[in-house]
Amino acid sequence: MAAAAEGDAYVAFDHVQKSYDGVSLVVKDLNLSIAKGEFLTMLGPSGSGKTTCLMMLAGFETATHGEIRLDGRNINLVPPHKRGIGMVFQNYALFPHMTVGENLSFPLEVRGMGKDERETRIKRALDMVQMGAFASRRPAQLSGGQQQRIALARALVFDPALVLMDEPLGALDKQLREHMQFEIKHLHERLGITVVYVTHDQGEALTMSDRVAVFNDGRIQQLAPPADLYERPENSFVAQFIGENNKLPGTVEELSQGKALVRLATGELIDATPVNVTEKGQKTLVSIRPERVEFKPEMMPAGAHTIGAEVLEVIYMGDILRARLRVAGSDDFVIKMRNTLGQTKLDRGQKINVGWHPQDARALDPS
Amino acid sequence: MTPAAPITPAMLTTADGRPLKAALAAAQARSKRRALFLVLPLLLFVVISFVIPIGQMLQRSFYHDGFSKSAPALQAWFAENPLGTEPDEAAYAALVADLALMQETRAAGDAGTRINYTLPGARSLYTSAARGAKKLEPPFKEALLAEDAKWADPRLWVAMRSAASPWTADFYMIAADLQLAADGGVERAPETQRVYVALYIKTIFLAALITGICLLLAFPIAHLLATLPMAKANLLLILVLLPFWTSLLVRTTSWIVLLQDQGVINSFLVYLGAIGDDGRLRMIYNQTGTIIVMVHILLPFMVLPLYSVMRVIPPSYARAARSLGATSWTTFRRIYLPQTLPGIGAGALLVFILAVGYYITPALVGGADGMLYSNMISFHMNKANWSMAAALATLLLLGVLVLYWLYDRLVGIDNLKLG
Ligand SMILES: Nc1ncnc2c1ncn2[C@@H]1O[C@H](COP(=O)(O)OP(=O)(O)O)[C@@H](O)[C@H]1O
Ligand SMILES: [Mg+2]
Repeated sequence: MAAAAEGDAYVAFDHVQKSYDGVSLVVKDLNLSIAKGEFLTMLGPSGSGKTTCLMMLAGFETATHGEIRLDGRNINLVPPHKRGIGMVFQNYALFPHMTVGENLSFPLEVRGMGKDERETRIKRALDMVQMGAFASRRPAQLSGGQQQRIALARALVFDPALVLMDEPLGALDKQLREHMQFEIKHLHERLGITVVYVTHDQGEALTMSDRVAVFNDGRIQQLAPPADLYERPENSFVAQFIGENNKLPGTVEELSQGKALVRLATGELIDATPVNVTEKGQKTLVSIRPERVEFKPEMMPAGAHTIGAEVLEVIYMGDILRARLRVAGSDDFVIKMRNTLGQTKLDRGQKINVGWHPQDARALDPS
Repeated sequence: MTPAAPITPAMLTTADGRPLKAALAAAQARSKRRALFLVLPLLLFVVISFVIPIGQMLQRSFYHDGFSKSAPALQAWFAENPLGTEPDEAAYAALVADLALMQETRAAGDAGTRINYTLPGARSLYTSAARGAKKLEPPFKEALLAEDAKWADPRLWVAMRSAASPWTADFYMIAADLQLAADGGVERAPETQRVYVALYIKTIFLAALITGICLLLAFPIAHLLATLPMAKANLLLILVLLPFWTSLLVRTTSWIVLLQDQGVINSFLVYLGAIGDDGRLRMIYNQTGTIIVMVHILLPFMVLPLYSVMRVIPPSYARAARSLGATSWTTFRRIYLPQTLPGIGAGALLVFILAVGYYITPALVGGADGMLYSNMISFHMNKANWSMAAALATLLLLGVLVLYWLYDRLVGIDNLKLG
């Protein structure tokens, strides 16, 4: 989904800043537009300000500066209960003294809805998450995954157009988490709601989102669809944070029409695509995905620069094989090979040459 | 998960063939012995200092042998003649014989005191009649009546019949503001002597009031403590606990300094002109004083359980409720308050039980109308009327137990959280 234009954005953060202590900024000049029906994920390491952004949108924190708009209306001064935003918390926050049914009934009661309509809606919401038989249970009698579904149903039962989720799957085990990812994505598509999702799990962000905003240090580092984020990271933070990544520091030797020649510290020359380097002689960090590194000469493009490597370790991982190489003096250069019948086997101590398509090696800012 | 092979428990043995149960018991016996040994001192202490005294108190409230031990002849006459029999010459003969015995064993005072409990003013009859009992000649009825016509009072005979057995419910009867009627039944005591029931009700009421005020004051404090950052909360908690570190007596007397007629508050109000010098507020040596000082002393017992409950309520519940559309008042009423119930219950029960049995503060600042039930118990203890004191104390204990039971039925004792 394309980025929403400023005007018709459903949710908009406009130059938002946030400070808790008056000394440091936790959110530094956030600008973000989210289109109606979009699934946007805020991804970033712990402490990068994701939850703070979500809380400002939900109304539990006030922006120190800037404006937050919902459906074109400034909501800075609207109290949380009048925003009509559904919310799923990491610990689910199901009211322990109420049954599942009463939990779901709560948002409908405070809206003054009649008993019959409440019951129809509760039933519909519970069926939606396949928990129809659990209305009379207490949250404590449910498993983590079941509580998660109830929390989801409760956030959706009053038909909010916007739903916020703060690491909703963080407490679940891997298998359940992957299953719930699928279900949440499915619900999003079926109901046409707008979702702002917070996670620190890049896999989750990549599989579920229309667009991902990568947060670090209170700033959005890159805002892009998952594929772009993975294949075309715009700076070295994003490159390192998303997926596995080999880094080779060096200096720009030549720069011409979308191609750069980088001389590594050890003297070798490699090809790369310049991303945020602009002139010759600049320091750079070249980033290459392990699965894009080639070591069989027939797979490399004509005229590609190659670089010598020594195999330090080969790790069997089932579907793939990982090899750790020594390249240009560093010991943590990783390549991945699919575990197929005809795959060339590498041995420890073996000397090989590695290379890549220039567009897979991205010359980024040195950080 | 592989399904375990079906084994019946009876077949389970250890590797060397001993039954598993026996092996387990043997392995645990040593640690069980050690655990018992460790708790033994406390167990003994609790039995000696708690169970035995309470048992004794219960017994004393039903048992008084002050009269019965020196009235064997009357005991025999009462056994032969049912209630309602007019005391005949034989009865008076028995009475004179017992009076003589009392004189001999110097027990006339004790016996008279016992009768005096159920029939005030009767004690002197016994002490004076016992002195001359030996010299009396038959017919004893005329002889005794000549000495004092009160000996014919049917109430006196009813009281003696009741006191002739050491086991008695007389003290509970008195505590219920009842007295023995002339025909041996019970009737309400004269209006001027009805003190116990009213005091009991007043004590319960005041304790409930003090509990209510404590709750109102403690709830916001505990909430503040629970929401502040840990370092600040700890500092405030120390302030809450500070009263625990000073003597109860000092705290109570400092309230006297504040509240008395010539005290700080009154003088300040007079200085401000809010009240005239002759219109100083009476805030101490009455019920108001009892309430103010006891609220202050018992407040920490309400704050602590509330705080311990509130501290573990995650703020996300309130946020969830707000995001679901509830106003802050609805959130408080329907989400926050129900979750603090275990703390409210624990604090209220604790404060109420302490308040109901409080003695020293009402004694110091209560004046006449700020007295509580415990002060009455203490009054009887000072006059060595142990049975009456025990009966009152038992009634107080009973009241607390009933309350406890009610609480269990309404809230559930497993919902209690003391800290
Ligand atoms: N209520 C608060 N008071 C003070 N500092 C806070 C508060 N909430 C978060 N912070 C700080 O703000 C920063 C960002 O926190 P947060 O938004 O929770 O990050 P994330 O959700 O990305 O882990 C952190 O350094 C955190 O310590
Ligand atoms: Mg967070």
